[in-house]
Amino acid sequence: MAEVAHAEVGHDDHHDHHEPSFWSKYVFSTDHKMIAMQYMFTGMAMALIGGFFAYVFRMQLAFPGASIPFWGTLSPAAYNSLVTNHGTIMIFWVAMPVLIAAMGNFLIPLMIGCDDMVFPRVNRLSYQIFLISAIVLIISFFVPGGGFGGAWTAYPPLSAKAQYNATPFGAPLWLIAVTLEIVAFLLGGINFITTVMNARAKGMRMYDIPIIVWMIVIASILFMCSVGPLIAGAVMLLFDQTLGTGFFDGAAGGDPVLWQHLFWFFGHPEVYVVLLPAMGIVGEITCTFARKKLFAYKLILYSTIGLGILSFFVWAHHQFISGVDPRAAYLFTTTTLLISIPVAIVLFAYIATLYGGSIRFTTAMLFALAFTGEFLLGGVTGIWLGSSGVDVYLHDTYFVLAHFHYTFVPIAIIATFAAVYYWYPKMFGRKMNETWGKIHFWGTTVSFNGIFIPLFILGAGGQHRRIYNFQHYPDLAGADMQDMRVFATLSLIVMLAFQVIFIVNFFVSLKRGEKAGNNPWKANTLEWVATSPAPHGNFGPVMPEVYRGPYEYSVEGREEDYWPQNEKPSDS
Amino acid sequence: MAHQIIATSRSRTGIPTGRLAVWWVIGSEILIFGGLIGSYLLNRFNHGPSWSVEAANTNTFIGACNTFWLLTSSLFVVFAHAASEKRDAKKTRMWIWLTIMLGGFFMGFKTYEYTTEIQHGFTLFTSNFWSFYYVATGLHGFHVVCGMVIMGIIAENDIKHGRNWHRVENIGLYWHFVDIIWIFLFPLMYIAK
Repeated sequence: MAEVAHAEVGHDDHHDHHEPSFWSKYVFSTDHKMIAMQYMFTGMAMALIGGFFAYVFRMQLAFPGASIPFWGTLSPAAYNSLVTNHGTIMIFWVAMPVLIAAMGNFLIPLMIGCDDMVFPRVNRLSYQIFLISAIVLIISFFVPGGGFGGAWTAYPPLSAKAQYNATPFGAPLWLIAVTLEIVAFLLGGINFITTVMNARAKGMRMYDIPIIVWMIVIASILFMCSVGPLIAGAVMLLFDQTLGTGFFDGAAGGDPVLWQHLFWFFGHPEVYVVLLPAMGIVGEITCTFARKKLFAYKLILYSTIGLGILSFFVWAHHQFISGVDPRAAYLFTTTTLLISIPVAIVLFAYIATLYGGSIRFTTAMLFALAFTGEFLLGGVTGIWLGSSGVDVYLHDTYFVLAHFHYTFVPIAIIATFAAVYYWYPKMFGRKMNETWGKIHFWGTTVSFNGIFIPLFILGAGGQHRRIYNFQHYPDLAGADMQDMRVFATLSLIVMLAFQVIFIVNFFVSLKRGEKAGNNPWKANTLEWVATSPAPHGNFGPVMPEVYRGPYEYSVEGREEDYWPQNEKPSDS
Repeated sequence: MAHQIIATSRSRTGIPTGRLAVWWVIGSEILIFGGLIGSYLLNRFNHGPSWSVEAANTNTFIGACNTFWLLTSSLFVVFAHAASEKRDAKKTRMWIWLTIMLGGFFMGFKTYEYTTEIQHGFTLFTSNFWSFYYVATGLHGFHVVCGMVIMGIIAENDIKHGRNWHRVENIGLYWHFVDIIWIFLFPLMYIAK
């Protein structure tokens, strides 16, 4: 409405510009890039905690009862607490902040060619609430009774009654932390959606929006539409825990399965909430390094929307053994099998993008390709579990665990690394070291498979989840099974060790990395128009205008094999 | 800090950004109340007769009064919006404060209602019907109070100084939404017996 007719005037550096203090620059900034960094570093710090938890309980499973380096002997209660909080942290405090919040905040304004979010202060508030939620969660590890130990799905009555979960303070704190985190992402999501709807650069039409921006917006809408019932459920569960109401208490006339419905009505779309940004990242990187136009942009977009709608009708496949009517189970099996189609379409479109391209195997590209391959494995095993007949046998085994780690690790770890290697030049003005990057890549992906392939086999062999010591179960205590557990644990240690390379590379490259120009990868999207690192206001005095789609690579008749979205057509 | 952000001045959809965001907020709120009301309905269908006995104890007269206050306040907030379109600060503030007053009536009646119910032994813990009753109406009441506070801020901080006129429409949208939630709660908690 208030759009000026001539070129929009961007951030003016001349008017009484005083250097902001440390606090207003790094802590209370409303700049979308700074908020993105805050989310990213918080998420990475939480990932270290979550990874350490995994190390501790995997050590217990491989060497039961042994004293674990950096921890000591692990009690059964602490084991429960670690498993629960590993899951919670990795989903709510790693995947969500890094993939949606950090990537969304960093990329959306840059990619749609504007200077900030439409509600910069709401954006800051969103991060502050998120930070408080992380602090509440960390506090919950140190209260009497320890952190919540009722599994990340928090099924009542285990989660509702302190005499069952034995964490009278940890359980409500956990619930409060999760609810605050959800509120933070609702605020962030509304900001993302309205920003993309209203603040796009001049000339950017629907099909000129980069696919990752679409995916983050669709993910935000999915989150918003699925999380409401869980907020209501969280309030009810909190009252059950602390006040003694009986919403989920069968004896008091309530229904424990109701929680499972509320939780999974959120929980399953949540999988797609984190999957979509990851797929968007991989799409961008695949195009750039294959030097090809994205194969079937519109089909990908429509498949994603279809996937989003379908994701609301699959939740009960988590509850096949919770007394769901077999006829309903049949329906949910059908929708679950159906949803694999749009996901497969997107992944196959990425593979088709590679066909005939001139592929450059940068570290980012290697991670992007690894995502496509590894996620397909996770998706295919999901089809087994979605079939109610098979699921009755595999439910709550390590097969399920390996399945969702084969989806979540590619999403939250592999795609995130791809994004960091790819956009690092735009974030900090320098490239990360490619050689160390490739060593990190091979170390991470090979050891990742080393962890979870044995767990698939163990799960198919009947190894149940959430067991503290398998030596107590003669059927599961055999030497062959124990060897696989040891192998998985050692693989995990190798994987964690390789992350040291990443961390060192990340921080050393801040100072010593090769200087990147504005557009080190010769990519088309608007963020590469801004200087690296992008300044406050992003684009300097003149905001970019858009003349074409984001994936015009290797266009015939052009000297360069890329064609930035903002480059004026020569005939005008 | 002080420099004007371009993003806030753009409107590619033609809908002002603030209004667009309020619609999304309302969308997410509908799902929160939807989850709560859906859970209530499922329980009610499962425990039909026993819940009807409990529901007979709610005070339909006070519920009806509260419906009246809220519906009337929705009318007043429309008047406030109309006055704000004419940039009439005095009338806008008057209608906003009248809306807040009716919100106050609503909360006052609600307080009386809660007090008498608790005195008669119908507390949060009496049965699951009462748990749902207190959580649902309490959450709704919280939204009413939030709306009143925001309207007070808009009247005294914005309209008084003749700025941010669009906020009257935005809070009006929210207030209608709060009203509509009550339109669902009233029959479910008070009338259906």
